[in-house]
Amino acid sequence: MIRLEAVYILMGLLVGGIAIVNLRDRDHPKRTGNALFWGLYAVSFLFGSHLPDLANGVLVLAMVGVAAARALGGGSAESTTVEERRASARRWGNRLFLPALLVPVLTLIGTFALRGVRVGGVPLVDPRQLTLVSLGVATLVALGAAMLMLRPPAATPLREARRLLDTVGWAAVLPQSLAALGALFAAAGVGTAVATLVTEWIPLDHAVVAVVTYTVGMALFTIVMGNAFAAFPVMTAGIGLPLIVGTFGGDPVIMAAIGMLSGYCGTLMTPMAANYNIVPAALLELPDQNGVIRVQFPTGVVLLVVNTVLMSLFVYRA
Amino acid sequence: MLPLIGIAVAIVGFILRFNPLVVVTVAGIVTGLAAGQGLLEVVATLGKAFNENRYVAIVWLLLPVIGLLERAGLKERAHDLISRLKGATTGRVLLAYLALRQITSALGLTSLGGHAQMVRPLLAPMAEGAAEGKGGELDAPTRFRIRAWAASADNVGFFFGEDIFVAIGAILLMKGFLEQNGILVEPIQLSLWAIPTAVAAFVIHGTRLLLFDRRLARERAAPPRPIDTPTGPGADA
Repeated sequence: MIRLEAVYILMGLLVGGIAIVNLRDRDHPKRTGNALFWGLYAVSFLFGSHLPDLANGVLVLAMVGVAAARALGGGSAESTTVEERRASARRWGNRLFLPALLVPVLTLIGTFALRGVRVGGVPLVDPRQLTLVSLGVATLVALGAAMLMLRPPAATPLREARRLLDTVGWAAVLPQSLAALGALFAAAGVGTAVATLVTEWIPLDHAVVAVVTYTVGMALFTIVMGNAFAAFPVMTAGIGLPLIVGTFGGDPVIMAAIGMLSGYCGTLMTPMAANYNIVPAALLELPDQNGVIRVQFPTGVVLLVVNTVLMSLFVYRA
Repeated sequence: MLPLIGIAVAIVGFILRFNPLVVVTVAGIVTGLAAGQGLLEVVATLGKAFNENRYVAIVWLLLPVIGLLERAGLKERAHDLISRLKGATTGRVLLAYLALRQITSALGLTSLGGHAQMVRPLLAPMAEGAAEGKGGELDAPTRFRIRAWAASADNVGFFFGEDIFVAIGAILLMKGFLEQNGILVEPIQLSLWAIPTAVAAFVIHGTRLLLFDRRLARERAAPPRPIDTPTGPGADA
């Protein structure tokens, strides 16, 4: 059975390869820091499942140490000039889009087609990880297709991946760290503490006040946690169920659906949702780390107001 | 209230603009210590949680393909394709993508978008190309603003589309949570109540995209004072 572990090995090889390319780049001022950071990350992917928790923790601290020492950085220059790329774009035309579009299309097909495929009685792919394994396979196929089409030197994909990953830098690891932080928060009972705080300080003796507290609370808690899924159980157990549904007799479906979407408004506004807000800023080489959040903020605020009005109008009517 | 110290650390760290990776790790360790764990125990918990969430980073497997295609002129091609279309403007290109992203997400096809897959190699160059087809070379700040809007179109379309699909994680989480509390609901009901917000999100963000178009047109007609348009090494990136 193909499990997620196989995809992790692939990731380990990629990140490890990027570390080696960095190490061998003698002109790069931060090659040692970059090589160390990505090398440690490769160890996490290749051996993380077999290491004790403490060793994995030390690995994380070492990576963070490299980032804290500012030893990480500096995207390397493009390997081709604009003129070369324009000429190449003219030569290949729209065929260039094919490998790029192959990734999402194959991921999608894989997710549906590999479901239920069995070899010798066991599923070919771990059914719980279909999408992620399909994504791994899709990237390999797309890479093969692009190599066949463009016929670059063999090391080119790794060098190009290194150029992109060094552009993103530490932000590439941030979403994973935030997911880990969410687990630590949950274990320490942060959610319950926030719910207690909210219910103690706000006079929730009016049905509409309960709605406003719930939707705004979902957004704020999501801003803090970076994830509406973490906010939902806490706010719904603290305010949604006991007050909106319990005391005031509101409809649980409308409460839950619009409550979750109020959390998503928070996701638009927070650096804690790194994979949506910080990673694209790095990927698009924006000078301002919060550039994407700045653009999304007004949409988030207005939509939160709309959600609150929608819930106030309908939750007590159904 | 002791567990909340970690949140305070995170907020202060982000406001003071320390390296977010460092802030997040320190916040996690402080939270664990405040909850009464020993230092080694906290580091082990951190390592376990980090290890279990490695799947979050799998999207980076795309980098070799994207990098290879970029080297062969993918962004230039996406750029040229759009800049030659007469009716194409930055706002309209992004509006079309917003609609497409929302509809495909609502059908459960969430993997059809994303920042590494779509925004950097295709959408952002197209949005920039649409602007350059109108008024020639962009200055760096305008280029960065257009890119930020491209990223926002992907996010808004994804967030406020996916909840309409019945088998998505969020719907299952809500159903599961309500069920634990003795309330049985059909996923389809939760999906239907995601539609009004989805429409509102499209109207709000779509309107802002078209307003952004107008502002770009105004700036083309009357370029801002030169002092506002620094060009740097990122200008032709």
